[in-house]
Amino acid sequence: MSTTSVLYDHPGPRARVRNTVLSVVFGVALLGLLYWIYTKFDQANQWEPRLWEPFTRSTTWTQFILPGLWATLKAAVVGMLLSLAFGIVFAVGRISDHRWISVPAGAVVEFFRAVPLLLMIFFVFYGLPYVIKQPVTAFWAVVIGLTLYNGSVLAEAFRAGIRSLPAGQSEAAYAIGMRKTRVMQLILIPQAARAMLPIIVSQLVVLLKDTALGYIVAYPELLQRGVNDLAANYGNIIAAAMVIAVIYIVINSMLTWFAGWLDRRSRVRAFRVPKQTAPANAPDSTPEGGVTVSEPQG
Amino acid sequence: MHVFTDPKNFDAYLSGFLWILKLTGASAVFALLLGVLLAGMRVSPVPVLRGFGAAWVNIFRNTPLTLVIFFCYFGLYSTLGLSLSQELDLNRYWLGVIGLSVYTAAFVCEAVRSGINTVPTGQAEAARAIGLSFAQTLRIVVLPQAARSVIAPFGSVLIALCKNATIVGTIGLMESSNVMKDLINSNGDAVIPIFLVIAGTFAALLIPTGYLFGWLANRLAVKR
Repeated sequence: MSTTSVLYDHPGPRARVRNTVLSVVFGVALLGLLYWIYTKFDQANQWEPRLWEPFTRSTTWTQFILPGLWATLKAAVVGMLLSLAFGIVFAVGRISDHRWISVPAGAVVEFFRAVPLLLMIFFVFYGLPYVIKQPVTAFWAVVIGLTLYNGSVLAEAFRAGIRSLPAGQSEAAYAIGMRKTRVMQLILIPQAARAMLPIIVSQLVVLLKDTALGYIVAYPELLQRGVNDLAANYGNIIAAAMVIAVIYIVINSMLTWFAGWLDRRSRVRAFRVPKQTAPANAPDSTPEGGVTVSEPQG
Repeated sequence: MHVFTDPKNFDAYLSGFLWILKLTGASAVFALLLGVLLAGMRVSPVPVLRGFGAAWVNIFRNTPLTLVIFFCYFGLYSTLGLSLSQELDLNRYWLGVIGLSVYTAAFVCEAVRSGINTVPTGQAEAARAIGLSFAQTLRIVVLPQAARSVIAPFGSVLIALCKNATIVGTIGLMESSNVMKDLINSNGDAVIPIFLVIAGTFAALLIPTGYLFGWLANRLAVKR
């Protein structure tokens, strides 16, 4: 039984009538709102077939939307791979026994988590060329920005994942004679990575959405190509924004669903494992109280 | 550091960050109200309300904020003629607040909903048993307890909101990120100090905010 249904009684005759009335009232109000929006757009001539017709042409897709989508996915995938590497390195750095490693690693992670992504992209795109004396492409500006931010977020997720593993895991590894590096490599990281898989995938959603910031530095991603450039050709900015929004929503919904599926799957596994090991571990198998919300970064 | 000793640049830096704070403040209030309302809808007994809440969350959580802000400006303002202020900057500011609020409300809603899930079912069952209605159960019994477990997620939503406020720069508001771009373009010899000062301002505000919310969450946590 889910918590939502525990909040109200099973509706009796009166409650059912009331719920129906509320449904109808709110439904009508909602339809009214949608109709109002529709007429507003209509007055601005936004439903003219001329504005929507370009989306039925294959050239619109092959010239604008698909290349944009490809650029978005490319930045997201490269950014994700680099973020994972960044995350693992800094997570391990932060739990190091040597303070001269853990303190700087912690500072870097905290700093990049607190700085807006746009500032980093601007710095890499506009500022870094002055320092390294050569231009930085928009692609790398976006990817480096994404890596620094999402890598730091993943570093914290990894650290939490490694710390949530039962102490017996590393103790057993030390007992059979492994050194610190091998304990980390062979025992802790693989287990933490598996527990963190849902978070990694949901971070991919954040990352994919953040590639839209590439629009600001004229990286030809989905928002730039599909909305800005397309509308520059056909003058259909609202229509284009709606179509592109739907594409983003579909892709991200699939990723979110995938993250949820992974989460449910790993939970089923995690449920079985404690039965084999000592039951003493069971109470702290959910250390964070279960309230996790992915960060709403742009 | 000579860049910021020039009063013109320093003023630009200050007013840029002030815009960020104003955007964050106004959007946080609207997003909180809207988000709690949406969460109430999502757990309500009325299917249409549940559907509306779910649709809102799925639409805005999966759309890039840049696109939302973009749509607020080019859709609401340029095309539909929704003008919120005669002054150009204030108009951009309020359009930005709309975009940030509707976007952040989706995350607030999900935070509140996960908070509601942490309240033991016995609480709501007991509330129902003494005859409280759905609204009373939620308002008097469940939400006050959920609020305490929602503090930590709220903290990260608020921090993300403050950082996201820079995206309003897309529609031409001279907030911190645009100020930084301008300063870099006119002071190519001091790009690193410029970045460190402006990014450092965010870090100096947001890192302590994060710890504050962590501390509050621990202090107010419901011991079960």
